[in-house]
Amino acid sequence: MARAVTTNRKTVNTAVAWAIGLLIFFPILWTILTSFKTEAQAIADPPIFLFFDWTLENYSVVQERSNYMRFLWNSIFLAGGSTILGLIIAVPAAWSMAFVPSKRTKDILLWMLSTKMLPAVGVLYPIYLLFIQLGLLDSRVGLVIVLMLINLPIIVWMLYTYFREIPGEILEAARMDGAGLKEELLYVLTPMAVPGIASTLLLNFILAWNEAFWTLNLTAVNAAPLTAFIASYSSPEGLFFAKLSAASTMAIAPILILGWFSQKQLVRGLTFGAVK
Amino acid sequence: MGHIELKQVTKSFGSTEVIPPLDLTIEDGEFAVFVGPSGCGKSTLLRLIAGLEDVSGGKIEIDGKDATAIPPAKRGLAMVFQSYALYPHMSVRKNIAFPLRMAKLDQAEQDRRVEQAAAALNLTDYLDRRPGQLSGGQRQRVAIGRAIVREPSAFLFDEPLSNLDAALRVGMRLEISEMHKRLETTMIYVTHDQVEAMTMADKIVVLRAGYIEQVGSPLELYKKPRNLFVAGFIGSPKMNFIEGDEATKLKAHTIGIRPEHIDVSKSKGTWKGTVGVAEHLGSDTFFHIHETGLADTLTVRADGEVSFKHGDKINLTPRRDQIHRFDSDGLRIE
Repeated sequence: MARAVTTNRKTVNTAVAWAIGLLIFFPILWTILTSFKTEAQAIADPPIFLFFDWTLENYSVVQERSNYMRFLWNSIFLAGGSTILGLIIAVPAAWSMAFVPSKRTKDILLWMLSTKMLPAVGVLYPIYLLFIQLGLLDSRVGLVIVLMLINLPIIVWMLYTYFREIPGEILEAARMDGAGLKEELLYVLTPMAVPGIASTLLLNFILAWNEAFWTLNLTAVNAAPLTAFIASYSSPEGLFFAKLSAASTMAIAPILILGWFSQKQLVRGLTFGAVK
Repeated sequence: MGHIELKQVTKSFGSTEVIPPLDLTIEDGEFAVFVGPSGCGKSTLLRLIAGLEDVSGGKIEIDGKDATAIPPAKRGLAMVFQSYALYPHMSVRKNIAFPLRMAKLDQAEQDRRVEQAAAALNLTDYLDRRPGQLSGGQRQRVAIGRAIVREPSAFLFDEPLSNLDAALRVGMRLEISEMHKRLETTMIYVTHDQVEAMTMADKIVVLRAGYIEQVGSPLELYKKPRNLFVAGFIGSPKMNFIEGDEATKLKAHTIGIRPEHIDVSKSKGTWKGTVGVAEHLGSDTFFHIHETGLADTLTVRADGEVSFKHGDKINLTPRRDQIHRFDSDGLRIE
């Protein structure tokens, strides 16, 4: 009997989990479906779910009207550049906080995280003015720096928690075994932290890819990534839901595929190193 | 060579002084054991010698050279950690070879030394495994192997057996002792287990709150403990302490008598009491005796199987020449 109850409960749990999963996924699914409809079908009332004439027309129109590849390249450049730059700064920072902590380490970590609580729009003007002064407006370099800065607290925190998981005794053993700081980092710490560094890299790539506030406000043409590409299909040209959906699908496709293939790493990254 | 000398060494963490000024000499080839309750500073002392902690004051000399400012990698010492501290991403072979790789020895010499160490430690069949695939005892052997290959001037052991189960611990204890006899290299061994200290050491250093309470051979400490702390810490079961009239009669504030130095009898004896708990181990029997009028409980060890049980009246006779006397400061009276 006990077994039957357990099985029933399992079925119910599974069903509920699927329902919630589908609910969360539904907007994305709807966007993808809409991208294959005509503009008329896209705003039909009642909405048409699956039975419509599937068309690729929206995609070809979007392709014709704007240069998708340029936006894609900008997205890759901004996400990749800001993540790598962030790692270069965060690895030594997290290393020193994890292995040579001072009295203030905890405060510094919290202070860094607190910057994430500030509404971004609060510093839009100062940063915008700075960018004008420095000639960084609509430049990829400027945006890489901004994206790196807004994600840096998270990168440092994640790496810090990963490094903390590495027992200090192993590094001490390396020191006793004759390893200098360089060898200790190269042969012992880095190989042990690879999973952590990889998931940090991945998560921050995705965060930077999806970042819309700064990328929309600080770019026009040259440095505009896929977020700007989507935005360009919303207001100015009226409500073209099908084309907007096609643009959105094209913008999220790369990151969706990347996320799909790296699920395991991502889950580890999102739980902040709590799951072994 | 492995002569280690601490001169007025101190260590403070912030405003807390963990090691007050301390002098200690460890002779070349000696097996020295630091023993004491947890928090007594024994591990800190070992880490100071290793160079993993910086001294707050004083000097550490290794083989006559001032090593106080030398980084751990350059002190020529090898350390075995309580948690083994193996490199989880390397095979056993690479773990053992790591110090040799750091010393930039040529590959042939590395291989030769690793094979040799593995053979001595029964690890030959496991050389290509990862630490995660080994048992606790095997991991500790790898850690020891990693220490041996360097041919250090001294080995430092930080509670190396405390993560092993009881049976393995006894086995490894013997292996380490045999290794010491074979290599004749200085070893410093930290433990809270006085049995390990007694069985392995040439010289025991008893520590409490950073102070050295006594330094001596195991038997010196057993026969002539300098104070109540050492008397109570060395020996198992613990020494019985008696205060009051019985002590005053012997012109002492406290007298101490070890459980194995009290004879039991049904009919006659100096002291009388009632058996509380009798622990029968076969080889010997421990009695915990109440209502003696001397102390809450007296522990007595009798050879072999002695048939007293809970509630029985028992007569006790201490061996006069084995009574230790202590003054009101807890110091030994000769």
